Amino acid sequence: MQPTSHSFPANARAGLADPILQTALGLARTGFPQRRQEAIARLPEFEELREQGRAIKDHALANLDFYLELYERNVTAAGGQVHWARTAEEARATVLAICRAANAKIVTKGKSMVAEEIALNDHLEQNGITPVETDLGEYIIQLRHEPPSHIIAPAIHLMKEQVADAFREAHTELDPARPLIDPRALCDEARTVLRPRFLAADVGITGANFLVAETGSSIIVTNEGNGDLTQILPRIHIVITGIEKIVPTLEDAATLLRLLARSATGQEFSSYTTISTGPRRPGDLDGPEEYHVVLLDNGRSALLGGEFQDMLRCLRCAACLNHCPVYAAVGGHAYGWVYPGPMGAVLTPALVGLGEAGHLPNASSFCGRCESVCPVKIPLPKMMRHWREREFAWRLNPPVYRSGLRLWAALAQRPALYHALAGTASRVLGWAGQLRGRFRSLPFAAGWTAVRDMPAPQGRSFQSLWTEQQRRSERRR
Amino acid sequence: MSAARDDILGGIRRALRRGPLSADQAAELTERIAAHRRNLVPARAAALDPAARIDLFVAMAEEVQTTVARVSSELDIPAEVARYLAAENLPAELVVAPDQSLDAIPWDTRPLLHIRRGRAEAQDAVSLTPCLAGVAETGTLMLASGPGTPTTLNFLPDTHIVVLHAGQIVASYEDGWDLLRARFNPPPQAGEVDRPTGGPEGADGAPLLPRTINLITGPSRTGDIEQRIQLGAHGPRRLHIVLVEDAPSQV
Repeated sequence: MQPTSHSFPANARAGLADPILQTALGLARTGFPQRRQEAIARLPEFEELREQGRAIKDHALANLDFYLELYERNVTAAGGQVHWARTAEEARATVLAICRAANAKIVTKGKSMVAEEIALNDHLEQNGITPVETDLGEYIIQLRHEPPSHIIAPAIHLMKEQVADAFREAHTELDPARPLIDPRALCDEARTVLRPRFLAADVGITGANFLVAETGSSIIVTNEGNGDLTQILPRIHIVITGIEKIVPTLEDAATLLRLLARSATGQEFSSYTTISTGPRRPGDLDGPEEYHVVLLDNGRSALLGGEFQDMLRCLRCAACLNHCPVYAAVGGHAYGWVYPGPMGAVLTPALVGLGEAGHLPNASSFCGRCESVCPVKIPLPKMMRHWREREFAWRLNPPVYRSGLRLWAALAQRPALYHALAGTASRVLGWAGQLRGRFRSLPFAAGWTAVRDMPAPQGRSFQSLWTEQQRRSERRR
Repeated sequence: MSAARDDILGGIRRALRRGPLSADQAAELTERIAAHRRNLVPARAAALDPAARIDLFVAMAEEVQTTVARVSSELDIPAEVARYLAAENLPAELVVAPDQSLDAIPWDTRPLLHIRRGRAEAQDAVSLTPCLAGVAETGTLMLASGPGTPTTLNFLPDTHIVVLHAGQIVASYEDGWDLLRARFNPPPQAGEVDRPTGGPEGADGAPLLPRTINLITGPSRTGDIEQRIQLGAHGPRRLHIVLVEDAPSQV
C-alpha cells in the first residue's frame, strides 16, 4: 500500500471532521482501556510479568541469529519449509511462487499486519489469485477497498450501517430486502458467506504472534476461529511474519501470552491460541499437506543495536493505540499506512522512511500513556523524540520551523535572557488580559486559540516564586 | 533464497556488532532451552488444592460462555450429551473423534443418538472430542491433533462438546507444556542409548509437538462491529464441557 503519512495534517483534519469516525472512536476510547484495566486488576503479578516479558524479548533479540537458525532447523525437521525475505518484494514473490506451484485460485487469509505491510492482496489479485480476508474486520475493509485503521480491530472506524451497506453491495446473491440492522445479523451473514470460501480455498495464509525456536512452531492468537479454518482446511498453509517474532521456548511464549490478550482486548485469554508445527502427520485425517513460513526482514534487522531496537519487542497488542489521545481523536487512517498510533509513529518512519513519515513522531503530546500501558515496556515517547532529533539533524523540517526551533534553543540556553523575556511577556499578557482573564486570539498562536481560549497569566512566575522561597529557607538556616 | 538468508543473518550480526555466537555462548542458549525454566507463574491457580483448582477451571470457563456439566462417570456421557442437545434444540446427531480414549463410552445406551466417528465435514453440526488438559488459570482447554483427534472437529461444527476428566485439570499453561512433552517427546529412559543433544527432533526423529495444539477458551467470538461481542464468528457458537469426576486429581 502506498503510504500517505506525509499528508498526516490533512488526513487528521479529515478525521476530526468525520462524524461517523468520531462516533466509532468514541466507542473505542472507553471500551478497550476499561476492559484492560479490569483484566489487569485481577492479576496481581501483571507488573512483574511485564518486566519478564521485556527481558524475554530483549534476550531473543540479542541472540536473534541463533534462535532463527534453531527455529529453521526445527521447522525443517517437522517437515515444513522456511523462506527468507529481505524485502516486501521478495516476500510477495515467495508467496506467489508457492501459490502458483499449487495452482491456487482462492487463498483464504487470517488477519496479518505483515501481509498488509507487504501489500500481499494487491499482488495476488494482479496475478489472477483471489485473496479472501476471513477476519470479520478485515473482510469488511477488503469489501470497502480500504486499509485497516487499527492493528487488532481493522474496521474500528466504521459503524454497523457502513458494514450493512458494504454487505448489501457485495452479497448480491442474497435477498436485497433482508434486514441487516444489528451486529448479530451482520456477523451471521459474514459467517454464511465465508464458510464456502474456507472450504474452497487452495492455500491458507496466516500471520504469527510468536515463533517458538525450541519446537519450530508458529503461534496465532485469535477470537473468531477464522485463522484456524484458514490453516487446517486448504492443502497449503503459509505463515508470513517478521523475524522479530521469535521466542526461545514455550515457557517464554506462555509469559507473553499472559500479557497479550489482557493488553489487547482486556480478555483473560483469547478464544483460540493455536500452536502449529509442520504439515499434517502420517495418519492425520486433516491439516495442510505443506507448511511454509516466510520470514520477513524489511528493515527490521537494521533496527537492532541502535536507538530503535526496543521497538522490535512489540507484540502488536494495540494497547498504545487504545490509550493514545491523538489516535482517539484522528483515527488510524490519518497515519497513512499500516501501523497507526504510537507504535506506528515509531515503526513507520523506520519502514517507509522519515521523509515520508516525519509527521508521525511529531503527532504526540508526549503524555506517556502508551509507554505506561505497553506490555513489554517499549519507551515509545523517547523513540519519537529520537525521530524528531533526526528530522532536525537531517534537515527534513520546513525552514520556518527550523528557524523557530533554533531561536527557541538560543533562548533556552541563556537563562537570564529567557527569564527576562518570559517575565516581560507574562507581564504584558497579564495586563492586556486582566479584564476577561483569557484571550480569544493571540498573534502567532492562531492554531492554539482557534479551538480554545488562552488563560491570561496571573501573578508571578514559578521561577521567581521558587527563587524567593529558596532565599527564605536559606535565611532560616 | 539462501542469499536472502545469509544477508538477513549477516545483517543481524552486523547490527549487533558481533559474529556468530561462540560455541560456549551457543551451548549456554541450548542449555537455557533444555532447562525449560519457567518464568513467573501466577499464583491464582498454582496455589490451589485439586478440588479448588477444578472449581476455578469451571468458574473461568463459564465466565467466557463455556457451559460445563459435571458427571460422575464415563457411563453418564451419552445421557448428558442427549440432554444437552435436546436442551439446545439441536439434532441428536454428532461426529465423535475416532480416538481410543472415547471408545468406552456406551453410546448404545442412547440409541436415538446418531454417532459417526471421523473428522468433521462441512455439514456436521455437533462434534465431540477428548482433550489433553484443562488449564485452570483461564478455563482453557488444550487439544492436540493426531490420527484420533482431527482438528476440523474443533472448528467446523456449530457446537463443540469436549470430554474432560477432572484429573486432567492443571494449574497453568506451563503444566500443559510438561504434559505435552511427557506425552509426545518423553525423556530417554535409563539404559536407552543417548540421543545426540541439541538436535531438533524428539525421541525417534519425530517432531517435538503434534501438528496442531489448540488452546480453546470459550466459543468463537468477535467484537469487530461496534465492539459488541457476538458469539460464533467463524468457529463454534457453543462450547460445552462434560467434566467427568471419576478419579481423584493426579496432577
